[in-house]
Amino acid sequence: MAAIESPMSGKVLEILVEVGQKIAEDDEVIILEAMKLENPIYAPQDGVVKEIKVKVGQQIAEGDVIAELE
Amino acid sequence: MDALLSMWSSMAFNDLYWGNFVMWGIAFIFIYLAIKKGFEPLLLLPIAFGILLVNLPSDIMTPGEGLLWRFYHYGEEWAVIPPLIFLGIGAMTDFGPVIANPKTLLLGAGAQGGVYVTFFGALAAGFTIYEAATIGIIGGADGPTTIFVAAKLAPHMMGVCAVAAYSYMALVPIIQPPVIKLLTTEEERKIRMKSLRKVSKLEKIFFPIVTCIIICLLVPDAAALMGMFCFGNLLRESGVVDRLSNTAQNELMNIVVIFLGISVGATMPAEVFLSPKVLYVFGLGVVAFAAATAFGVLLAKFMNLFLKEKINPIIGAAGVSAVPMAARVAHKVGQEADKKNYLLMHAMGPNVAGVIGTAIAAGMFISVLK
Repeated sequence: MAAIESPMSGKVLEILVEVGQKIAEDDEVIILEAMKLENPIYAPQDGVVKEIKVKVGQQIAEGDVIAELE
Repeated sequence: MDALLSMWSSMAFNDLYWGNFVMWGIAFIFIYLAIKKGFEPLLLLPIAFGILLVNLPSDIMTPGEGLLWRFYHYGEEWAVIPPLIFLGIGAMTDFGPVIANPKTLLLGAGAQGGVYVTFFGALAAGFTIYEAATIGIIGGADGPTTIFVAAKLAPHMMGVCAVAAYSYMALVPIIQPPVIKLLTTEEERKIRMKSLRKVSKLEKIFFPIVTCIIICLLVPDAAALMGMFCFGNLLRESGVVDRLSNTAQNELMNIVVIFLGISVGATMPAEVFLSPKVLYVFGLGVVAFAAATAFGVLLAKFMNLFLKEKINPIIGAAGVSAVPMAARVAHKVGQEADKKNYLLMHAMGPNVAGVIGTAIAAGMFISVLK
């Protein structure tokens, strides 16, 4: 099991995956807004999405867990 | 017949000359760039309209009477508006990245090198020392500071310098990436930076207070700009005056920008604008921006010679004080090299440090030259 951690702080604009979805490394997982810039956050490895730990509109910090993969 | 003639002479058609039409064209281009291309519309659109208005012959800019003259006089000549903008910017700025990585303050200072290169370039081009200082500050990429310096040192240059400053700020995403790429290798651009430590609330409250005291004592002529900047930042970080912080960031900024934009535009009637000096200013403006970017990047590379934890030199370019645009540009250039490299927050450090750097450079020019 691996966790996708956020590489920067920002506001969650969009969640692009669902629980149970099979994703590959470098797939876009969420869109984070910071400094009026939209940043896609990419999956660090392949896996199946086990749990999504953030909500749209939530302000998250660097290192916060976005989702768990297995 | 007489009635018709007197009606004709009350209209403004007779007072137009070819220069006005050129300025209309410039105003229309700016309006197009603002609306269709999204070039800094919040400022470019009011400025464009001010240019149009002042080139429709009327009393609107007559000293002592004109509406736009009053906005200009009380706002800019009295240097009230730029500090109010700094109040809003301070309230919008998160100093966390600077506090977490104080080295980045140096990168903000480094980019001010562009100011001095342009200053000497302007002197060489034949401008007076006051005009050269004002043109130099354009290199700081800071609109309010440019207007502030112009008001104190070269008011006749205010319109031209402000338009040059804001036009080039809109061009930051075009001017900066080539300069950055020219001065760095792809390897350097891929450098990942260690994550920023968590900054405590106490540190964020102390920062504006301590900064204000130090800077106002060292460079008293920067007190208006930096004092308001720190005040705005304290409003934000205290956490107890959110109403004030929100007003400073939103309503106040919007009101002030409206007055600023249209009155700056109104300082550009054709007689003032259509001179060869203006072309020089625009030419030097691009030099200023490019030089500031280069100095920031080169300073970062220089610092890397001594650092174990390397800085990604791209963020040196964010020392130019166009906040947060230069940080965004740095982030995007970093992503071109490695799409999983998120430089944005690291670049905010030099970016906000650059605002302080330009305000200090402004204060120093004013104190030395006044």
